[in-house]
Parts: sequence; structure tokens; C-alpha cells
Amino acid sequence: MRVAFTVNGRRHEADDVWEGESLLHVLRERMGLPGSKNACEQGECGSCTVRLDGVPVCSCLVAAGQAEGREIVTVEGLADLSARRSPAPADGEGAPPDEIRRTPGPVGQEPRDGGALAPIQKAFIDAGAVQCGFCTPGLLVAADALLERSPRPSDADIREALSGNLCRCTGYEKIMDAVRLAAARAEGTV
Amino acid sequence: MGVTGDPTGTDQGTRTRGGIGESTPRPDGVLKVTGEFAYSSDMWHEDMLWGHTLRSTLAHAEIVSIDIAEALATPGVHAVLTHDDLPAAVKNYGLEIQDTPALARGKVRHHGEPVALVAADHPETARRAAARIRIDYRELPVVTDEASALAPGAPLVHEHRTDHHAGHVPHPNIVHRQPVVRGDAEAAAARADVVVGGEYVFGMQDQAFLGPESGLAVPAEDGGVDLYVATQWLHADRRQIAPVLGLPEDKVRMTLSGVGGAFGGREDLSMQIHACLLALRTGRPVKMVYNRFESFFGHVHRHPARLRYEHGATRDGRLTHVKCRIVLDGGAYASSSPAVVGNAASLGVGPYVVDDVDIEAVALYTNNPPCGAMRGFGAVQACFAYEAQMDKLAAELGMDPVEFRRINAMEQGSVLPTGQVVDSPAPVAELLRRVKARPLPPERQWETAGERPDVRALPGGLSNTTHGEGVVRGVGYAVGIKNVGFSEGFDDYSTARVRIEVVGGEPVAVVHTAMAEVGQGGVTVHAQIARTELGVARVTVQPADTRVGSAGSTSASRQTYVTGGAVKHACEAVREKVLELGRRRFGPYHPAWATAELLLEDGKVVTDGGEVLAALADVLEGESVETELEWRHRPTEPFDLRTGQGNGHVQYSFAAHRAVVEVDTELGLVKVVELACAQDVGKALNPLSVEGQIQGGTTQGLGIAVMEEIVVDPVTAKVRNPSFTDYLIPTILDTPAIPVDVLELADDHAPYGLRGVGEAPTLSSTPAVLAAIRNATGLELDRTPVRPEHLTGT
Repeated sequence: MRVAFTVNGRRHEADDVWEGESLLHVLRERMGLPGSKNACEQGECGSCTVRLDGVPVCSCLVAAGQAEGREIVTVEGLADLSARRSPAPADGEGAPPDEIRRTPGPVGQEPRDGGALAPIQKAFIDAGAVQCGFCTPGLLVAADALLERSPRPSDADIREALSGNLCRCTGYEKIMDAVRLAAARAEGTV
Repeated sequence: MGVTGDPTGTDQGTRTRGGIGESTPRPDGVLKVTGEFAYSSDMWHEDMLWGHTLRSTLAHAEIVSIDIAEALATPGVHAVLTHDDLPAAVKNYGLEIQDTPALARGKVRHHGEPVALVAADHPETARRAAARIRIDYRELPVVTDEASALAPGAPLVHEHRTDHHAGHVPHPNIVHRQPVVRGDAEAAAARADVVVGGEYVFGMQDQAFLGPESGLAVPAEDGGVDLYVATQWLHADRRQIAPVLGLPEDKVRMTLSGVGGAFGGREDLSMQIHACLLALRTGRPVKMVYNRFESFFGHVHRHPARLRYEHGATRDGRLTHVKCRIVLDGGAYASSSPAVVGNAASLGVGPYVVDDVDIEAVALYTNNPPCGAMRGFGAVQACFAYEAQMDKLAAELGMDPVEFRRINAMEQGSVLPTGQVVDSPAPVAELLRRVKARPLPPERQWETAGERPDVRALPGGLSNTTHGEGVVRGVGYAVGIKNVGFSEGFDDYSTARVRIEVVGGEPVAVVHTAMAEVGQGGVTVHAQIARTELGVARVTVQPADTRVGSAGSTSASRQTYVTGGAVKHACEAVREKVLELGRRRFGPYHPAWATAELLLEDGKVVTDGGEVLAALADVLEGESVETELEWRHRPTEPFDLRTGQGNGHVQYSFAAHRAVVEVDTELGLVKVVELACAQDVGKALNPLSVEGQIQGGTTQGLGIAVMEEIVVDPVTAKVRNPSFTDYLIPTILDTPAIPVDVLELADDHAPYGLRGVGEAPTLSSTPAVLAAIRNATGLELDRTPVRPEHLTGT
């Protein structure tokens, strides 16, 4: 079947989609957006979290057909989403490119301009919340949604909001730090 | 051999930003937060096929027949392979013992063993075709524990063993046995005023890295194969892969793709050989990605263990002796069981001084899932048991458990049960003192200004199972010792290639190693080392691949020490060459080139007095300077097979924890309120990463304390809970605040004085949580993980 929906503000179509294919599979394998990760396919780990008409969902549990005509935001679109929410002086590069690099490249290049990042993405880097990074895309989408609806979350609020996102590397402390940092920066207190 | 990490002895690098000691950001951080970082499961190639593995449904069975006809006839299927299709004389692989068939031959030895492979043009087609392969099994009796494995007439998991441990083990179903005997434990026991004993059980833990096993194999025109994969050691993979493919190693070219965590679970091969076989058979690139269910079968787990201990002490609190027997279940294949046995035995009494010990550790072959490396590697299981024993002894003596540990704590100069002298700082007592001195978190944090408690702060959390009724608090302490680096005489070297060149008028260092970056931040640290040693701002860390020599394994807390050491020494060699070039070019014009101590700082050659002699760009004048070298830590030696004596380890790492828990005694639910850690890291090359390692390791220890366990059916030896629905790892709600106290007491033998960080926090976390639960409930609790029924007695 053919499936068409909007991803990160851009209309996407996919043909020959099997009935059983998940939104995650279509994003990753048919639309060239592998940022959302597949770590359990059971809705337990949150690595595939995307916004579906604004609501954070596990895209592995959404049938691709259910997304027909709807608006999806993935980690690849977080910077744009954030910029639309609170337009900031545009400097540096634009949104991340659509062409996703699929072969490893040098990792030690100069860090890209932080202007291309959403505040929550920058906070994750600065707070040391990224280790292997496999949980990071899902956590970023979930944390960004939390801060959108609750700009000054308590620690317990953060833990509750992110309890559907497993991380195996960090012990979550730096993730807590990152969300606190993003909130404080939005407040202008740091 | 035996080059030690002489401290630089100069101020080199102190004036260059982004060097060691700073919390510089990860070079891969931006790619990881934008979703662009290419993990092994993100690999894509035009015209690629999808591979799928068919695994055994039984734990022990003879394969009577395999019928692949229907699978092969499925539209979209390009190949179906079984053991008969293996192209070379070598059919097996293994880290230490080559006992693992690439595809099962004639029999399967554990639930989930790979039997057949399918390549198809859609992953679902491959899965459905695999389901059409007909395998006729004849079920065989299973061995699942020591009693069944060593019973008279027990089925042998591996008949006709010829491996190098076969000659000294007391039974063919024992992989390896290592005693450690020192002094006279029997005689010392007679001097003890108090003797305590216990038998402890440690459950099977899964690494549960989030990025499942995956990779892409691309057949090459020369008959070889290019493999992009997530692993912990590229060269060890290649050494095992190439013979099974019938290829020379140089025709198996490996590149590390993005690794979604490892924790030991990627030391053994998973899909590597399979993807290559399918790619070489079909002539098409083949991608394989395990789902979570398959991942539970796709890698080895932490050895479950039964540990029997006897400790004695005099009335004034001094340990007289320790006797222990540690039985590790290695499952169906050896993996790294022999080395795990060596660790469990040699570190079996923990960071304490005991002159009289009698230790025996064994690993079994059974039909349970294979077990091997996981963070902590044999030292974890022992620490759980000896720390429980230390608390028992303290209670018997009426002493404070921390004070009792302090009295017996090892320190620099102490002698281990192996006879090895601890010749670098061992601040065991100080680490305990620090976690104990920390203020306790406030009680009853669930109480709010309003009428209703915040249930998120209570055991049971959002399940809203208590508002504080039946909830009691407990505090527990533990400390552990972990070896750093590969032990027992292993030639544990790393290779680094470092180049300095001028790009756009600016000097750039290029670091190339085969180190597997699995999330730990090795790439960050390599760039920091290059900045410090070469005084440059810009560093490019090349992708890890097999075009450069081996960097050893990203395990045993060894990479910063060993590959970091190699990068440091390669940088020093490059620096010398650069200065030599400078002396030739500019020496005649300034006497300081010959007389002063010269440093590289901020892209310039400067004297130790700070005078600028030349810009690096001018010294290099378009040339580049490159060095590749191998670097080794001090050599170790094997443990004597009868006595366990020998200088088997390179370095030790120590951490201590204090756990504060609240237990709902009515429902048996545990809330860990705080898990404080103090650790000596020698030198924190990147303080933010060091804290991240400690907090991450601590949380994995919490997991095995209260929730994580692979449940294997004792009758069928089948895995009952291979999913994240049934195998629980800590969420952010399960995880408490983890305050970290980092000590930096230099080990003069190591580069920059550093000490491997990653594993030690995984040791003491678990026994500290158990001790806190015992403290809260008064229960004995001799197994981990603790389940609600253990607390309620139901």
C-alpha cells in the first residue's frame, strides 16, 4: 500500500508498504530517517519515540497506515521544531541535512555549530548525557515534549516523563542534569 | 615488552586547551543528538539483502534432519545455509577455545543456538522463510547445574575435548578450575573467635545494551568481504571470522560502525560470520539486525554463580581466614569462562588483607545459555558474596560494618592471596570513609505540603501501592576490587598511529586506532591526549578499522590505559620528530633549540620558559610527521594451576558504595533512595566521562540487586523471559540520585597515573543495595536479585 504523511514539516510518501510495517520501519528503511532507533519493538524502551500530531509515541507500536495524513516529528526535526516554537536569531547552519550518512566518517572533526541544534540537544551534549547514544534520539524527543508542556519540571516530573525511555549507559544522572540545564537556560537562569 | 607509562615529567600540554583533565565534549556528540550517527543497524547499501538466523527451539538435541526446500523456494529468498554449506575446514570459533560451531552441526547444545541462515530481499520474507525450514530434533537430556553436570553418567556437553584446559580439569563438564591457596586456612580457622558461613546465589544478568547486534557485509571483487559491525575488538573478531570463511585475514576488512553499548556482550561474535557467509554466497551486500528477542540469544550473559564462603575473625576484628568455593555456570560454550574463573578466584576475598585463604573457582559446561564477559567479569559475583560475609562477621562481632572493613582493608604494599604485592595506591578505607561521611538523604521524602504524598518517592512508585505504611529504611555499605587490563600473561598491547600535518595553515593531529568506541568516550580521550602531547587545537580521530594494528578489546577497563597509552607514546614520538625537524630547520638561528627544554603549545614550539621559537606550520613546511607503534603495559604471568600464585594482574581499581533504600515490607517492593559512590581513578582524563562511567556502572549493579535476571527453566534449560517486558532494567524512576566522589591517587606505572574506571562501580553497588535491604528488613537474603517474595516470605 501507499502511505503518505508529513515528517519534520515535509511531505513523505512510501510505496509497497506491507500491512504489518511499523511507522518506525517506514521512517528508517523507506524514508531515509534512521535517527529513530529500534531497540525492543515492544514499546518498552522508548528509543523510537517520535511526536505523532504532537504526542510522543513509540513509533514501533504505530502501524504505518495509522500515520496516514498525520504530522510526525523525529529527532532529525527537533531543531526545526524548536526554532519554530521560539524563533531565535538564525545563525550557523540550517537544519540537519536529509541525506543521512550511512558509512562511518571521522568523528573528530570540529564540532558543528551549536546553532543548528535544539536547546535540549545542546544540553544533552553539554551535560554529558550522551554515551553510546542509542537511547538519545528517543529521550530527546520525550524531553523536548516535556519542556514544551512543562517548562519548569521538578526532578520527580522529569523522572516520570522520561520513565518510558531506557538508557543502559548513563545511570540517568547526566540526563537529569541535561533536562535541568535546558530548563534553566530557557529561563535565563544560567 | 614491559614499557611502563613514565609520567611525562614536563609541562607539555599545560598551556593548550582541550587536553587531558578537561571535560571536553564528545566529538561524536552532535551526530548522536541529531540522529545522524551511523549505528551498525543504520547501515544501508544499494541492492542489499536482509539476513535472518534460525535458532534452536530446544536446549540439547540431536539434529536428525534439516529440510530447507520450502524455505529456498520462497519468492524473494536468495540463500538458505546450514552447517553443510560452511566453506572451510574450520567450522568453529571462540575467544579462547574454538568450541562454538558457526552453525550447529549434528546437535544443538543450548536454547537459541544458530542452526540455519536465510537471505531475502525483505526482512519479513527472511523471517517467514526461516519458519519454513523443517528441523527434526531428537531431544537429549540436559545438564543445568553442578549436580547434574558432574553426576555419574552425566551427558558431556562437549565430548572429546582437546582444549588446553581439558588436561587439568577434574571433569569434562568443567571448563576451567583455578584454586588460590595461601597460608594454612585450616590452622588459621582454629585461631578464629568467630566464624561465619553462607551460600550465595547470583542470578544471570544480561548486558542489555540498547543497540542490538547488527551489521552489513559487502562482498568484494577480490573474493574478500568488507564488514561494518558493532563490536568490542575488531582484530579478535577477524581472527575468528576469517578461518571459518576460508579467507586470509587481509581479505576480511572490518570497520567499526556505531556501537549502541556493549558491557562485555560484544566480545563474542554474533552475526559477523553469518552475514559474511550470506554475502559471499549471494554476491550481494547482506544486512543483519537482531530484534530484542533474538538479542537475548545472540550474546553471552554474566555467569550466574553459587558461592560458598567461610570467614573467620578474631574478637578484635581481624580476619583470620577465608575459605570459598565459587561455581560459575558457563553454559554451553566456553566464551571467556576461563578468564572469568581466574578473576573470581584471584579476587575472591576482596580488598582485604587475609594471610590464610583456600579458594576454588570453577566454570561449568551446561546446556544453559552461554555465559562470558560482562562488566565486572567474575569479580562482581565474588564481591556480592564476600561483602555479605563481611556484614555477617561485623554483626557477629558487634562491630560497625564500615569500621570492621577499615580494620581489614588492603592498602598499598598489601599482599593479595595470589602473592602479588599491591604496588600502587589502594585507598579502600578512605573510599569507605568518604561514602559514610556523606550526609544521609532526608527521611520520608514522599511527604508533601498537600494532603497526598508524592507516590513517586515511595516503593511501588506510580502504582500507588503505599502512602508510607509498612515502609522502612535501611543503609548498607560495600567496597570492591577489580583488575584492570587483561591478566594472566596475556600479551595485552594496543597500536596507535598518529600524524601531524598542516591543514589550512593550521597544525592538525590525526589519530588512528582500532579501538572500539562503544559509548565510553575513548574517542574523546584520544583527542585530549593528542592535544596535550602535541599542543594542537584540532584533532581528527579516524574511524576504527583493521587498516591499523590491533587496539585490543574495549573491556577490562583497559582502553584509556592501554590504547590511551599507545596514543600518548605515539604522540611523544611524533613530538620528538617534529622537534628534530625544527632543530634542523631553525636551530642555527636560535640557541634555545639546542639548550632549552622544548614544548609544543598552541600550535607553536616554545621553550619551557614560554619563549616562542616557531609556529608548527613553519616547522612542518608542508611535510607531515607520522608514527605507528605498539604499546604494552607491564607483563603479567599466569596463575599457578595448583596454588593460584603469580603476578597475574596489571592494576587494580577500587570503588565503595553506600546505599539507602526504603522497603515496603508488606509488598516486598524496594525503592533505592540514594546510591553514593566513591572511587579512585588515579587521574580523571575527562571528569564528566568518569562520572558517567561510575553512575552507569552503579546503575547496572542496582539492576542485578533488585530486578534483572534471565530466568532459565531448570527442567528444559529454555530461556523464559527474552524481552524487555519480562527482563527489566532500571528506568529513570527506578534509579536514585548517584552522588559521586572521585579520588585521583596516581598509579606511577600507568599513563598519567590513570586507573581504569568502568567496572569497579558495578561491583560494590549490588552488595551495598543488598546490605541496605537486609538492614531495613532484618532478613538474611543470600541471593540476588531480590524479588518481592524474598522480602514477604510468600
